[in-house]
Amino acid sequence: MASEHIQPAETFSPIFGRLTLDWIPIHEPILIGTFAGVALGGLLVFALMTYFRLWVPFWKNWVTTVDHKKIGIMYMVLAFIMMVRGFADALMMRGQQAMAAGGSEGWLPPHHYDQVFTAHGVIMIFFVAMAFITGFMNYVMPLQIGARDVAFPFLNNFSLWMTVAGALLVNISLFVGEFARVGWLAFPPLSGANYSTGPGMDYYLWALQIAGVGTTLSGINMIATIVKMRAPGMKLMDMPIFTWTALITNVLIVAAFPVLTATLALLTLDRYMDFRFFTNDFGGNAMMYVNLIWIWGHPEVYILIIPCFGIISEIVSTFSRKPIFGYRTMVWATGCIMVLSFIVWLHHFFTMGSGANVNTFFGITTMIIAVPTGVKIFNWLFTMYKGRVRLEVPMLWTIGFLVTFTIGGMTGVMLAIPPVDFQLHNTLFLIAHFHNVIIGGVVFAVFAGVTYWWPKAFGFKLDEVWGKRAFWLWFVGFYVAFMPLYALGLMGVTRRMNSYPDAAWQPYFIVAAIGAVLILAGILCNFMNFYVSIRDRKRLACGNDPWDARTLEWATQSPPAPYNFPEDISVVGREAFWQMKKENYQFSTDYQPIHMPKGTASGVVISAFALIFGFAMVWYIWWLAIASFVAMLAIGIAHTFNYNRDYYIPADEVRQTEAKGALA
Amino acid sequence: MSADTHHAHDHGTMGQLMIGFALAAILTIIPFYLVMAEVDMARSTLVGIIMGLGAVQILVHLVYFLHLKRSSEEGWNFFAAIFAVIILVIVLAGSLWVMHNMNENMMPMHEMDQQIEQMKSLQSQQG
Repeated sequence: MASEHIQPAETFSPIFGRLTLDWIPIHEPILIGTFAGVALGGLLVFALMTYFRLWVPFWKNWVTTVDHKKIGIMYMVLAFIMMVRGFADALMMRGQQAMAAGGSEGWLPPHHYDQVFTAHGVIMIFFVAMAFITGFMNYVMPLQIGARDVAFPFLNNFSLWMTVAGALLVNISLFVGEFARVGWLAFPPLSGANYSTGPGMDYYLWALQIAGVGTTLSGINMIATIVKMRAPGMKLMDMPIFTWTALITNVLIVAAFPVLTATLALLTLDRYMDFRFFTNDFGGNAMMYVNLIWIWGHPEVYILIIPCFGIISEIVSTFSRKPIFGYRTMVWATGCIMVLSFIVWLHHFFTMGSGANVNTFFGITTMIIAVPTGVKIFNWLFTMYKGRVRLEVPMLWTIGFLVTFTIGGMTGVMLAIPPVDFQLHNTLFLIAHFHNVIIGGVVFAVFAGVTYWWPKAFGFKLDEVWGKRAFWLWFVGFYVAFMPLYALGLMGVTRRMNSYPDAAWQPYFIVAAIGAVLILAGILCNFMNFYVSIRDRKRLACGNDPWDARTLEWATQSPPAPYNFPEDISVVGREAFWQMKKENYQFSTDYQPIHMPKGTASGVVISAFALIFGFAMVWYIWWLAIASFVAMLAIGIAHTFNYNRDYYIPADEVRQTEAKGALA
Repeated sequence: MSADTHHAHDHGTMGQLMIGFALAAILTIIPFYLVMAEVDMARSTLVGIIMGLGAVQILVHLVYFLHLKRSSEEGWNFFAAIFAVIILVIVLAGSLWVMHNMNENMMPMHEMDQQIEQMKSLQSQQG
């Protein structure tokens, strides 16, 4: 199986560009098996949807919807699907490294293995973690501020489908051609035209550019929503912590993502037009790419974690039955992290040789970030202190988060010391560190949030037993999988190795692989939990406020009506819903017609053309690229002439919907 | 939901627009003149002047064409502009500082060539 990979010859035809049948990987059994699985699954879904006549409702109620709640759910579905793909990559790597010791080559040849670790990183960051947090912000934030939708509902739909188009482009590379073999940040000169021939690196560039459009636009949309659409009376310092973190995250997105876009555009010019920004010769400087990509890359990791701080804050407060401890310090700590996250990027390349003064500056700024983060940790602990803590599943994930994220943060402070980093740079210690903060931080918080807001989205709780199984398997699995990597890193084992000569390392890799299997079992429990809970939804049905929560999203029905709130609400002070409950507030029954935005197909159609455009650019099919780009512009312009964008939900319909909610 | 906040936007008067246009034109002509007339000054000074005028140009556009004021949109626009400037300064100054240091610490090219020569001669001795 580990045969030498022969790349198809570079040919060019005016119709198909450089795409030939040789690029369909029929000689790779793993990919053929995957393709068969995906095709069968796809056919099954297609058949079931057709049999139950779900295509029209799916198109009308989901694909073309501008409802922030449904868009949020679709982001979450995208994230879960891509998590399966990214985790399959992780299992393949763990399997490879458990085998490939002392002369053995394992089961993945380097050409395939390099694609696997690149795809794992790209997918997990851009299409899993980003999709999760965007999903949460979409679903929860407008409800928390008492709005009916986001500021630009069409843009929101468009952002979702652009992200999906990027994700599809990455997955198409599995079966048509290949993916990049350069690591998730694609440093040149390796990612340049000379060293990355073939379409893999171009799949990377276009997938990220297309998805990046969605992310940036969604960032602008969310900021506008929070600034302009808060319920009357809700001051900035009255917003729930999750909304605060959403605001700050989206400011970071809007400030940082253009840097990524520009950097990737420069690299695209290098690859397509023979520019020399990042080449070794003709005045190019590959180090500039590393510098620029980390100016985006470091804020990016805070973009992922800050909304998770928000999720944890809401859950800690609700399940301790206390207002969050130190609300103001929480907000200011998040603000400090926002600014500080822009002045630490060099700690990702201490070893590139900037010298002592530069390294010292960035080492110290990095350590300073631990201070506001520590403030948050103590705020959560003090919220729990003397609270009546209910150890339900969201709280289990939260405690798992607190413990694991703190450990990950501390190894981060170790890495922030430049001399230490010189030893640990690019070793598995680093890998263990960032998985410690991304799994222990982002993933645990996401599962906490999924369990917490699921009843809001669907009207029934998730099953407690399966939830606990998932938590313990994930929690134990994480430590079994990544503690050995810390040890290996201290022994000097570098990352991304296809095989290694020292058989003494193998036991650690085998333990790590067992940990990955435990996490697999945890993921299966997560999906089992969804299945069991949907099956037993009558037993698990709950009211509108199952957790005795404090923020405004729980004032709506579960699931919320399309218009969210039956009346325009006004807010005084923090924890609006808690106050409503104290005052025994009831919504007025004098219903008025509600003004709502209308769904549109423009977003999904433009994104479909963006996908075609990306594919055409990857394969040099110039006529198709031009045609699809023109189509994107044309539909975009045509959409501006669509004045039929809103409608009123009649008062009677609101009355009926509200009456139904009251019965449940 | 919220009360309609789209009350009359200030699109600036014709006079303001003309001032902006005149300033923008002047700020464009000066750097063109400096380059085209091959004015006798140090290259670094020249680059500095052009970059500086470019920065002023950005401000002129923001104030006269995009009507950035402290008060517009309840101060949000001003706040956002300040934040953008801070990030820009961090990114530009930081990159220059970082890349300058990299360059300083890089082995000079002629030394590198010498080392390559030495290695080659060593290899030939061994071979």
